[in-house]
Amino acid sequence: MNNFNCPIPHYQEDVITLSHGSGGKQTSDLIENIFLSPFSSEEIKKMHDAAFIPSIGRSIAFTTDSFVVDPIFFPGGDIGTLAITGSANDLAVCGARPIYMSSAFIIEEGFLQSDLKKIVASMHQAALSQGIQIIAGDTKIIERSTGKNIFINTTGIGVHMVDVLPEPYRIADGDLIIISGDVGRHGMAIMAKRNDLQFANPLYSDCAPIFPMIENLLENHVELHCMRDITRGGLATSLVELSELSSKHFIIDEELIPIAKEVESACEILGIDPLFVACEGRFVLFTPPKYKQQVLDILHSFETSKNACVIGHVDVRKSPSAVLCNSYGIERPLYKLYTEQLPRIC
Amino acid sequence: MKFVNEYRDPSLVRLLAEKIKKTAKKNWTIMEVCGGQTHSIVRSGLNKLLPDNIQLIHGPGCPVCVTPIDLIDMAIAIALTPNTILCSFGDMLRVPGSSFDLIKAKALGADVRIILSPIDAVHIAKKNPNKEVVLFAVGFETTAPTNGMTIKMANDLKVVNFSLLSSHVLVPPAIKYIMSDPESKVDGFLAAGHVCTVTGYKQYHELAKATDTPIIITGFEPVDIMQGISLCVDMLEKQETGVKNQYSRVVKESGNRQAQELISDVFTVVDRHWRGIGSIPSSGLDLSSKYKTFDATYRFTIKTDAPSLDSGCLSGMIMQGKCKPSDCPHFGKKCTPQTPLGAPMVSTEGACSAYYLYCDKGSS
Repeated sequence: MNNFNCPIPHYQEDVITLSHGSGGKQTSDLIENIFLSPFSSEEIKKMHDAAFIPSIGRSIAFTTDSFVVDPIFFPGGDIGTLAITGSANDLAVCGARPIYMSSAFIIEEGFLQSDLKKIVASMHQAALSQGIQIIAGDTKIIERSTGKNIFINTTGIGVHMVDVLPEPYRIADGDLIIISGDVGRHGMAIMAKRNDLQFANPLYSDCAPIFPMIENLLENHVELHCMRDITRGGLATSLVELSELSSKHFIIDEELIPIAKEVESACEILGIDPLFVACEGRFVLFTPPKYKQQVLDILHSFETSKNACVIGHVDVRKSPSAVLCNSYGIERPLYKLYTEQLPRIC
Repeated sequence: MKFVNEYRDPSLVRLLAEKIKKTAKKNWTIMEVCGGQTHSIVRSGLNKLLPDNIQLIHGPGCPVCVTPIDLIDMAIAIALTPNTILCSFGDMLRVPGSSFDLIKAKALGADVRIILSPIDAVHIAKKNPNKEVVLFAVGFETTAPTNGMTIKMANDLKVVNFSLLSSHVLVPPAIKYIMSDPESKVDGFLAAGHVCTVTGYKQYHELAKATDTPIIITGFEPVDIMQGISLCVDMLEKQETGVKNQYSRVVKESGNRQAQELISDVFTVVDRHWRGIGSIPSSGLDLSSKYKTFDATYRFTIKTDAPSLDSGCLSGMIMQGKCKPSDCPHFGKKCTPQTPLGAPMVSTEGACSAYYLYCDKGSS
């Protein structure tokens, strides 16, 4: 009789299976082995169905966001950093200090546990560095498609730092429009990584918390009429949205918009307009002209906003729109990104 | 950016605008052939720097816009065929077919891949030997060599599951066609610099003679375009015809011989239907009989319904310079980038999208 050779398949790495989402022993093991230690807030440790939040005594800001970025690891960050920082930045531009967050994961079976650990470690690091406690969480496992997908939802709570909140309706005629840094890094870093594009000067995401700068501005009593973090749709979309919400007319000087050389070159090659490319660590703010120098001095004292500059102003004209004035003195209206920018034929 | 910023220099652009103003005594209508030039003009507002007696009209040089609707329908049908991957440049995905576009086909389950280089399609075919991989090859003479290269590569590497759906078009027959129309308003042309990088411009001498117009081979940056217009106006005022090469830093009279040989080897010249315009003799490239097995129309038996053409889109008129996007009653109303009636509203080289994105709606 022949010797049957029936080797047991051996996989080097542990992967997520549907059992990890069953709600039973393997779910508990996953939570204990991967989530519990990094997300070690007192509320999480209780393993109760809901977290209790002590009375804060001020009004709170509340936001939620879902993160589906592909690739999940990219130069300058990963989906974990993005999930914490993205929601924290949304709170920050509302004048709120991010303090609590929940995190919910949807993971495909076959996803590497080692990758999940890296993502959770990034979330832990991002939360810790911003003084955020992760106090609630959830994990669901879905059937395999590519085995590489993970989606994260974070919901954040922040406490307001000021009584008069920065909101679009407060944008006033004459306000200066200041941007905290160069635009387009995150979107182009993702596009380069996704398409395996090699550039002589590599592109890194600008994914970073913006609360430290905003905290400093608020503590120094700068009058901030409105702020917005620039994410999907890029700077142009943010400006058009704010002009519509405030019913104000913005004039932007195209030459003043900071764009890193490597981003500008990559956009030029691919036929992409950098004004519509996503950022993950930049914001625009609206402030009266008398605060110009103070704002710039504060922003320049932080590494991530060292290139902050004035890019335009709110004009007295009544038509609610954002227009771009180019170096030839010609104005053209900005518009909201209506679909994903796609590389062109030639 | 070196070699780019020099050609966007505001002082040079203003200087050229002044020169054009001084030179232009009569009314002249100049057509920029390429959609890339149209976008550069409208985005930078160069048309607003010109005197009133110089009119720019926009030509047919948007390959996405002129791809016939039945070919788009065929690409969609191929994409929806099981075990098939359709590779395309991003521009083509939003172009409306008779019923829907490739983006919707993707959402319906078609495997549509956006590529940055045609060669990527051959690599995808190599990696997926059990699937048919089709490259939707669209473009003018500019992209024909790289698309042709994929056929040579697939042939050499024996990648038998690769094929090409060709919709290549040629510029000179289109210029001739426009000028054969007695209603044509065109006095002079800015020819597409990148097309001439491949083809050279020897045949443009004859074209200029036949059409009795000045033809300026022109680049794409604001300084290039203003210089092209200046040269064209100068020739018009002197009643000269002929060819001048503004884009001499890139274009040589003989063009790129290697690319031309590749085109001759892989493709054969055929009559082509231009969307919105009609059939233009000897204005397209199909795969030559030598490479018939790589022709997707030969490999796939696709029956599509007769294309629905009555969308109300005036793209044909616009691409022949007979009207401007803002003259169309649907512009910015029924027809927007989200709800396009025709390809010029979605292509990054389409005149309608340039007007929609960069002008006050309804203005020129």
